[in-house]
Amino acid sequence: MIGYLARRLIGAVVVLLALSAIVYGLFYAAPSNPALLACGKGCTPDRLAVVKSSLGLDKPLVDQYLSFLHGIFFGHDYSSGPSVRKCPAPCLGYSFETDQPVTSILSSALPVSASLALGAMALSLLLGIGSGLVTVLSRRRWLDHALNAVVLAGYATPVFLVALVLLIIFCSDLQWLPFPTYVPLTQNPAEWARNLLLPWTALALIQAAAYARMTRAQTLETLGEDHVRTARAYGLSERRVIGRHVLRGALTPLVTMAAIDLAQVMTSAVLTETMFGLPGIGQTLVGAVGSTDLPVIVGVTVTAGTIYILANAFADILYAAIDPRVELA
Amino acid sequence: MTVPIEVAVGSDLPPPPLSRFAAWRRLRQDKAAATGMVIIAVMVLVAVFAPVLTALEGQDTTTQHSDLIDSASGGTPIGSLGGVSGSHWLGVEPQTGRDLFARLVFGARISLGVALGATLLQVLIGVGIGIASGLGGRLVDGVLGRLTDLTLAFPYVMFAIALMAIVPGSIPRPLILAVVIALLGWGSTARLARGQTLSLKTRDFVAAAKLSGAPPLRVARREILPGLVTPILTYAALLVPANMISEAGLSFLGVGVRPPTPSWGEMLSHGTTWFRPDVMYVLVPGGALFLTLLAFTLLADGVRRTLDPKNVEVAP
Repeated sequence: MIGYLARRLIGAVVVLLALSAIVYGLFYAAPSNPALLACGKGCTPDRLAVVKSSLGLDKPLVDQYLSFLHGIFFGHDYSSGPSVRKCPAPCLGYSFETDQPVTSILSSALPVSASLALGAMALSLLLGIGSGLVTVLSRRRWLDHALNAVVLAGYATPVFLVALVLLIIFCSDLQWLPFPTYVPLTQNPAEWARNLLLPWTALALIQAAAYARMTRAQTLETLGEDHVRTARAYGLSERRVIGRHVLRGALTPLVTMAAIDLAQVMTSAVLTETMFGLPGIGQTLVGAVGSTDLPVIVGVTVTAGTIYILANAFADILYAAIDPRVELA
Repeated sequence: MTVPIEVAVGSDLPPPPLSRFAAWRRLRQDKAAATGMVIIAVMVLVAVFAPVLTALEGQDTTTQHSDLIDSASGGTPIGSLGGVSGSHWLGVEPQTGRDLFARLVFGARISLGVALGATLLQVLIGVGIGIASGLGGRLVDGVLGRLTDLTLAFPYVMFAIALMAIVPGSIPRPLILAVVIALLGWGSTARLARGQTLSLKTRDFVAAAKLSGAPPLRVARREILPGLVTPILTYAALLVPANMISEAGLSFLGVGVRPPTPSWGEMLSHGTTWFRPDVMYVLVPGGALFLTLLAFTLLADGVRRTLDPKNVEVAP
């Protein structure tokens, strides 16, 4: 197990390094001109040269990347003339647009994305597992068909369409809920949940379909296994058979799926964030793309990649830990 | 009690293939899939004959009809249902007054073109890399496998948005969109193709071909490729709606197709600020997008059920 853990983590680190190298190389090599972008409008040739050397953009790309990596682990000092600007670790540079440190931009955006992802995942697991179990256990064919229809519709609907419909119905027509604005959890938990209710619902409506389908398939499979037959033969009550012996086997794969999806939602809910005006990392990226703010683009992409890759590694390890059938090849 | 096991992932031997004729007949008899096919056929015809349709209506996608919008209210179309009339079949866009029908039918070209183009590219790259790593030695398989892992490890949406920011403006946007979507999304196809190749490789007819001295490329083309058609087709059918959602999403965010080129996602993103005074502007592109996506999903589900007697489920 420890060997597997080590191998999986080393693998994750290698992928992360490759990811950061590709991202950095892509965005700092041509065709964009980072120094000109950093210098801003009304840039003079003298000023351009100063910016270039203070940001280290006059060095070869490999050196730039290495100093970017160095900055993440040990911090970075930017010197322009006599003044030195200290950027403590983890340093991802400064925004070309606002001159804020990228790390502080990220630390205000990440809680928003995390709030959105956690709530949405909780809601979709609840909805998905619930409806999946109901369809299997009630043994009604029409429920099966209905679930299939919902799953297909969920797969065919872009999240921004759902979000738009929800906004029109609940905020504009019925006026039951306010147009969402982000309120931090620490400031007012009730308002936090009230404002995030619609975004959570929009994401959950789409995500839940996949869980429902998976719950249904897994439960059906587990119901046919020998240990369940044995439990029934011992005369255990149906509730005990389902609760103790079926669900445990059936829901294990869902745990893994949920861990990956949590990272997926957190790093990919750009459209939901935009629709509901939530200042998460997706919105930050879209804003940075609009002004070609390279440090922010690279910072956000690398951070999102890190979250995603770590979640994948975590899911694999979790799966190996809770399911004794997994062979650690 | 016996319960039918629906999911049978990772079967060792591929099921006996249906003849093309039999598969087509079964697909046609499947009500849901047939409905999907009809809708797709209509949408494709609309996209192909977009210039004819707009000529029939007598409008184009770019002319701004400022006389048809109420400038006092910020540009709401004059008349009911967003300004529907005999000369503007679906009304006009708020703010600009461009003809909505013309933009819708030309938008179909972008939506379908980008989605289908991206899928084709994904399949080409994925199958190529999948077969190569399945047939190649340990080194080739290892390198290509890690490359596949890497593309699957990217937060796809974030990377697509970031990439769209730095591509040169001289290349047509729809082409870039298709390429970016394909380059970021071939990983799962490659995995599928590799798995199938590995299982086909152990079969006698492949061994016989190798023993008779057929070069690797010939083995790949004549022995392996035919066995990949069914699983890849089933999977590709699912990729089309997913790619269509990606295109609509990127255009919705303003990093995909740029106005005045019409795209359903781009229209919807303007619609979000107009849904109160002019709900038609949301309903028209939103309805078209939903209907087309549903049609492709129904067809994909039908293809899966028809082509695969074992009902192998492929994760989207």
